[in-house]
Amino acid sequence: MSLTPLHAIFALMSLFTVGGAVGVVLNRNLIYAAMYLVLSLFGIAGLFILLEAPFLAAVQILVYVGAISVLITITVMVTRCVFCKEPPPRQLTLVAVMAALVMVTLGFVIMTRFGGLTPAADVPADSIEQLGVAFVNPQAYLVPFEVASILLLGALIGAIFIARDDLPRDEEAVGGDDHA
Amino acid sequence: MPDLFTVIDDWLVSLLTGWGASGLILDIILSLIGSLVVVGYLLTLALFIIWFERKVVARIQDRIGPNRVGPWGLFQNVADVLKLMTKEIVIPSGADLIPFLLAPVIATATVLMLWAVLPFTRNAIGTDVSIGVLYLAAVSSLGFMSILMAGWSSNNKYALLGAFRAVAMLVSYEVPLILMLLIPVLLTGSMRINAIVEAQSIWYVFSMPLAALIFYIANHAEVARSPFDLLEAESEIVAGYHIEYSGMAFATFYLAEFLHAFTISALTATLFLGGWRGPFVDQVPTLGIVYFFIKSFAVYFVNVWARGTLPRLRIDQIMDFCWKLLVPVSLLLLVLTVIADKTALQFFSGYSVGGTAIEMLPRSAVLFGVNLLVAGIAVVSLAQQGRRDREADLYPETAVD
Amino acid sequence: MIPLHWFLLVAAGMFCLGLFGVLIRRNVVAILMSIELMLNAVNLNLVAFWRYLAPEHINGQMFAVFVFAVAAAEVSVGLALIISIYRNRDDVNAGDLNLLKW
Repeated sequence: MSLTPLHAIFALMSLFTVGGAVGVVLNRNLIYAAMYLVLSLFGIAGLFILLEAPFLAAVQILVYVGAISVLITITVMVTRCVFCKEPPPRQLTLVAVMAALVMVTLGFVIMTRFGGLTPAADVPADSIEQLGVAFVNPQAYLVPFEVASILLLGALIGAIFIARDDLPRDEEAVGGDDHA
Repeated sequence: MPDLFTVIDDWLVSLLTGWGASGLILDIILSLIGSLVVVGYLLTLALFIIWFERKVVARIQDRIGPNRVGPWGLFQNVADVLKLMTKEIVIPSGADLIPFLLAPVIATATVLMLWAVLPFTRNAIGTDVSIGVLYLAAVSSLGFMSILMAGWSSNNKYALLGAFRAVAMLVSYEVPLILMLLIPVLLTGSMRINAIVEAQSIWYVFSMPLAALIFYIANHAEVARSPFDLLEAESEIVAGYHIEYSGMAFATFYLAEFLHAFTISALTATLFLGGWRGPFVDQVPTLGIVYFFIKSFAVYFVNVWARGTLPRLRIDQIMDFCWKLLVPVSLLLLVLTVIADKTALQFFSGYSVGGTAIEMLPRSAVLFGVNLLVAGIAVVSLAQQGRRDREADLYPETAVD
Repeated sequence: MIPLHWFLLVAAGMFCLGLFGVLIRRNVVAILMSIELMLNAVNLNLVAFWRYLAPEHINGQMFAVFVFAVAAAEVSVGLALIISIYRNRDDVNAGDLNLLKW
């Protein structure tokens, strides 16, 4: 197997992805963890491009890096929990052994079932158009698409409702008395 | 007459092939050369942009502006850059070094990345990806992280407050911005930037003036310039998230800001003013770059004009303006545009969605009507809201709370 | 071309790291971040299988898009809950949130 620049790009992106994931899991400083999360998600976007899914790569950056990471970072800052006194993890060895076991099992399955597989066919040139059409096609994904939009609307309203600061405030109570 | 850029490209390809490069390696070397040229050009242009802005703002404020270094003060910024380079980068105690120094770099990089898909002429485009517009939206949302990093790592209350304000505002204005980015995509039927430019035999600013206006305002807010510059409101939070930056680190942020302002002008020019289109561009494709920059500087002049004239808004006014005016209006505009376009296409035989300016005329007229309608609705509802507010001020006892 | 199992191994590694993080971290925000890692690993798998096994069908990409939507909803509501919990209890430690525990 000859090494091409493609392999180098893959290696770099995997390094971002896995290295970022290690940083997220092990870093006790949550701001750093959030930054490593950005790195990891960025690496995933790069891998999507290698998989010839540029649409998903752009959405990945827009949704994860542009929105979700910013939300997480702001939450970390707002909860003033950058260096929270997290108690030392219990059962560290047990959990590590378990995760390693899952990894070994997955690795075994991957190598025996999918080892060395190369693409079956080229990506059709109009795959993004197909994606767009499938979203609005009643035979394909119209209903799930609408359900997803309702889910997002529900999440939007729910998040605002839950996070709203509606504790009774003193000045509000005084103002209410005046009007009454 | 052959295109200058095609000639250069052919020459480079033959040169590199002669040196033994081929396939992917050739592509990578060519992309590298291309991006270095564009970035070098933009960084040089930034000096001119800043000079332009200082001159225009000076004229607006009845001053002369820089006039000492070089003819008309043209080299003032070179002198400024040299001064900033020799200055020390002060790193506050308790600052988080790596994010602190990384933030300005990311801010500049995200702005430069936007130019990868902007066409200077028909052929001179970094890469004409099929998801061009989505790429623009994705890359411009990368900038938030640099602001948060700068605000947090400075270890300064004002910096953090400024960063929070900035992100709250930028995320809000991203909504109308992306909704209005959809309009050219919708009218063209493609996300490729070059396809959007080529479809504008009638510029979209004429068929969709309201969309262009909202896009421009949202973009103006994205670059956080007056009247939207509250994240560096000196009287409230000193200088926002770049309060602790000095020397070249500050200069990098400054550069990112000015380049971003010019980039959004170029974006508006490309998506709504027909980009490189202009007379004789079919015969002499190289002329496109001249038209592109003339249009970009025209939009940039409006940007500087607004910056020099309008006073700063409060944060609640800015948020109200976005969520209570821009977002509903752009949603309404988007939906009505789709409905009007599809209905007209269904029922009128002369209705064409592509072709020359004459063929596009009926479509532009219909879309212009939709814009007028939506603008009318917005103005009427604003007027009613204003009347209710005034009545509530005059007769507080009858007001319904 | 890069063989399929490289992508799958990266995704599996990311998934296991996420799993490890969910089990080992006590801070709710950190747990949420680890869940994001796991969701992304799943996405990578979906897209890799789509590319290598059935590029002519769009379903793999489609599922990834729905994972995006669900992840966005999950994060926004989750973080709202965390902020609300922090307001009420001044604490975002998963071990201390035991009001419903026998």
